[in-house]
Amino acid sequence: MNKAIPKSQLPYDVAKVRADFPILAREVHGKKLVYLDSAASAQKPKQVIDAITRAYSHEYANVHRGAYYLSETATAAYEAAREKVRKFINAASLKEVVFTKGATEAINLVAATWGRTFIKAGDEVVITAVEHHSNIVPWQLLRDATGCVLRIAPVALDGSIDISEFAKVIGPKTKLVAVAHVSNVLGTVLPVQEIAELAHAVGAKLLLDGCQGIVHEHVDVQDLDCDFYVFSGHKLYGPTGIGILWARLELLEAMPPYQGGGDMIDSVTFAKTTWAPPPAKFEAGTPPIVQAIGLGAAIDYLNTLDRAAVAAHESALLRYAMTSLAQVPGIRLIGTAPGKAAVQSFVMEGAHPHDLATVLDRSGVCVRAGHHCAQPLMEILGVTATTRASFALYNTMDEVDALIAALRKAQEVLL
Amino acid sequence: MKAAPLTDDLRTLYQEVILDHGKSPRNFRVVEHHTCKAQGNNPMCGDKVTVSARVSPTGVLEDVAFEGKGCAISIASASMMSEALSGQPATAAHKLFEAVHDLCTGKIDTDQAKAIVAPDLGDSIDKLASLSGVRQFPVRVKCATLPWHALLSCLDGKSQTTTEK
Repeated sequence: MNKAIPKSQLPYDVAKVRADFPILAREVHGKKLVYLDSAASAQKPKQVIDAITRAYSHEYANVHRGAYYLSETATAAYEAAREKVRKFINAASLKEVVFTKGATEAINLVAATWGRTFIKAGDEVVITAVEHHSNIVPWQLLRDATGCVLRIAPVALDGSIDISEFAKVIGPKTKLVAVAHVSNVLGTVLPVQEIAELAHAVGAKLLLDGCQGIVHEHVDVQDLDCDFYVFSGHKLYGPTGIGILWARLELLEAMPPYQGGGDMIDSVTFAKTTWAPPPAKFEAGTPPIVQAIGLGAAIDYLNTLDRAAVAAHESALLRYAMTSLAQVPGIRLIGTAPGKAAVQSFVMEGAHPHDLATVLDRSGVCVRAGHHCAQPLMEILGVTATTRASFALYNTMDEVDALIAALRKAQEVLL
Repeated sequence: MKAAPLTDDLRTLYQEVILDHGKSPRNFRVVEHHTCKAQGNNPMCGDKVTVSARVSPTGVLEDVAFEGKGCAISIASASMMSEALSGQPATAAHKLFEAVHDLCTGKIDTDQAKAIVAPDLGDSIDKLASLSGVRQFPVRVKCATLPWHALLSCLDGKSQTTTEK
């Protein structure tokens, strides 16, 4: 079950949180930075930056190799990060937590190993119309390799996913359902619990792309009842170059390795090589050691905060942004599903999102403009691009006001 | 809420002539009996511009037009390009693109651009120079050059091109 985060009565001290993020003090084009693109990549707290500096300055060596103090220290820190992730998503076992270089690699890993092994010609893989390219293209590659069929569950015009429509694309041939937990364009929180029931009723596995979900929702992989959950570190206030693949242990055990190399073997002879058990089986080569440690530090940081208060703060920001945006003439909100996460796309009549983003940038306001790596969704919505403001735990109501002021200025310039 | 004063580089980028062509593009259509047609994609933003042209047996660009979706910069650039090149020899397209490209990246000024192209394109350079405001916005240079890439691909007999090459 997807547990709702309980409402907190505690006041949320956003100024104190902001002080943890050094970059937020800087200016852009002589204006105060207003960073509203955390859905693309979040800024990093000093606790993460310091952990990375400390690791390189004091505790760095390769992992799982050296019989010397520094390597043991680095290995301990790397494995401690794995435990932090395990606890954060409530995985049953450490063996289920695989470090990858990102969510994209995690999905490709599943497609290339589990997919190539268990998906046959004529089998069906179900995704939705809201997916990021990273949860479309790996399945197209799998389709081209195996002859399986890709089926697309539709999205309603407000951005919500109607579960009865979803049920229509699930059938006896469905082997995998791979969907976003939260849409990166629309902010829609998908009905993953119902989707899990539909998938499992026909014996299919469920993969959740948690890149946005891990940031905005409480994630308990056992409660979610999914089979694979992937996310990247850099959207969760951690470094780039690190991502997580969580999968049920029996799946990881049945999957062949993704890449061959050092660290993923049990024993190697020229005649035959046997694999290490998960997660090492999927971590060939020197892993992103310090990036993993940095992700661990990001999780430690989040654990110091009242996450219910964070969630309440983010939804207050979203409500205020939606109300404020709707009052700007010519603006149309894209994605208004009930209960959505703090991501808001919009279009402005007569102004292309790219031109908007350029003008906003000169006011210090960073937003994403474009197709958000979701071109099929753009086509369904009848736009080539949108402008997207996404809100994080460090954003303020004043920043929403700054966005609105910059949009009005953009209208002066562009219209 | 009172809007803050605009910065000069924004005024330069979005000057009147750009906004005019961006909102009311000229030659926004498919050329009748076109001899070539190519689509230009900017994968960064998803913008697409399709340029079509009719080249006479003697190598004259009898008609140049475009269709597509894009930002003010790419649409204005396509619009001014189509006006500048209609009636010109096809070989002029390369020189004119070179001049526009170097104007947009800040490598040359208007006079230097005029020296690159044939004398009768001098007025077109004056107009196209309005695109050079992108020099202060490096990520937007591709918007200005997108339709030109499409035109050159079209003249080369290719049907697709991208800004990412």
